[in-house]
Formats: sequence, C-alpha cells, structure tokens
Amino acid sequence: MKARVTVTLKSGILDPQGKAIEGALRTLGLAGVSSVRQGKVFDVEIEGGDRAEAEALLKQAADKLLANTVIENYRVDVLG
Amino acid sequence: MKAAVLVFPGINRERDMARTLRLVSGREPAMVWHADTELPTGTDLVVIPGGFSYGDYLRCGAIAARSPIMEAVRAYAGKGGLVLGVCNGFQILCEASLLPGVLMRNENLRFICRDVYLRVERSDTPFTRGYNAGQVVRVPVAHGEGNYIADGATIAKLEGDGRVLFRYSSPDGMIDPNWNHNGAINAIAGIVNERGNVLGMMPHPENHVEAAIGPTDGRGLFAGLVEALDRAA
Repeated sequence: MKARVTVTLKSGILDPQGKAIEGALRTLGLAGVSSVRQGKVFDVEIEGGDRAEAEALLKQAADKLLANTVIENYRVDVLG
Repeated sequence: MKAAVLVFPGINRERDMARTLRLVSGREPAMVWHADTELPTGTDLVVIPGGFSYGDYLRCGAIAARSPIMEAVRAYAGKGGLVLGVCNGFQILCEASLLPGVLMRNENLRFICRDVYLRVERSDTPFTRGYNAGQVVRVPVAHGEGNYIADGATIAKLEGDGRVLFRYSSPDGMIDPNWNHNGAINAIAGIVNERGNVLGMMPHPENHVEAAIGPTDGRGLFAGLVEALDRAA
C-alpha cells in the first residue's frame, strides 16, 4: 500500500525558509503570492493491506520521528 | 571527572571536545559510539559534541536523538547524571525531549561562524560555577540552526525557573537584538532541564580554552564541572 505523510509547520512558527522562497517568487515577478510556508512530504510503502493498521503505524512514525510535534503538524493519507 | 563523549556519524567536533576535557580534567574521556547501548561504568559527565550528525537529515539532531546510546543517556540523566550538549548536541537533546523547545534556522538564514559574547546568567550550577553571574564570556559559534524557540508557556517557565544559563549579549553584557546573532527568543544561547543536570548550548566553549589559540573564556565551564564533580565525589 502507498501512503503519504505531510508535515507542516504549526501556525505562528516563524519559517525563515518559507519567507526566503516567498521573496524569491516576488523577485521572479510572480505577483499575488501573499505567503509561503515550507513543509515536507514522505511517500511511504506499507506492507499488508489493512488501511486502519497502516494509518496507526504511520501516526506512530510521525509522532516518533517524522514530525517534531513541538513545531510541526502532520497528516497521514493512506492512498491504497 | 570520568567523561564520555558520544560519537555519531557526521559529528565533527568530538576531538576538540575530547582534547579540552583532557586538558582541563587531566583525564582522557571515553569515546562512546552511537550504536552502543551502555555508558562506561562510573561515567559522571556525558558530552554530546557538535557537528552534523546524519548530515542534518530530516531535522538537525532528529536521527541521532533516536539512536541506541540515547536511551542509556536518558536513563543516566533520569538519575541526575550531568549531560552537556554543545551545538548539534543541543539540537540532539531537544529532539530527544531531554530539553524543551527547538533550534530553528537562523533568522538571517546564514550559517554563522564567529566569536560571540555570552552573558552568564547565574553561577550556582555545576555548569557555570566557574563563572560569576553577569560575567560576559567570549566563545565561538558555528551553526545554521541555532535560533531557539519554544511555546510561550515553556519560555515563561524557563525564565521563571532561572533555567536560561547563557544569553547572547554585547561585550558589556547588554541584551540587544544586534548581538542576538541567530534570532533566538530572549537571546537564549543555553538552557538546562528542570532538574538542572542537562545543559544544551549552541556556542562552543571547548574551542576557547588554550592561550596559544586565543581567548580562554570557555575553560571556566569545564573547570567548574571538574570542581563540581570533585565535590560530589
């Protein structure tokens, strides 16, 4: 099974990298972008076919390693 | 002092640290590999040095914080053992939840490699007994992610409990945004855990201990630790 874990910065956490990207987009003349926040995407292959189990496993993975929950939120999507 | 210096793949300041520990304490520290599951018997100081463990993959310190030796460090710290984390070591301690908060990308997005001034906030800890409260020391920093942040409640607790031991300051000890090189909240350069036995700091005191190289302001931290451990023995 394929799954995706998306990790994003919590709101209110300063994101200097996102700010720099935002500035670069403006430099490129791409008007209309008001804010950029950078995150991470993990594409994961899971053994077995149980969606609920896969979701529980990836939540553990995110809590224990993939995300730092002090500053980041995460979302788990089992894609099937 | 029976120090143990942890070694992770990608760490590059472990020999500076070992040299300083040997110079100041007169005793060779043990070098402990990340895959080990135990600290040497009788260890009374664990040092997590600086560098780029696991190439800073995922987040600085994230992977090292989950390595086997860190479970031994957690147990050792839980019993009150002294732990010092410098630079990447500070990041590893935060990622291991042995210290609160996170070290984010420097506010100016640059890797900062230079001497800085630190104001020592208190001298009544094993880590700072070699200094006077309010004393300003000059030590180097070398990091891209040293911008300390934590949520408001955590910062209030750290400040209320007097757990900020070092702050970036001007040469005369003023706290000023111009001297807060990485943008850390409240100019925080080093904090201890609730029990006061685990210190994490971004600057490198181990690099300023020999007159032949330059300032020796970093020596006080290690000399103070040797004294504190001698007293406890």
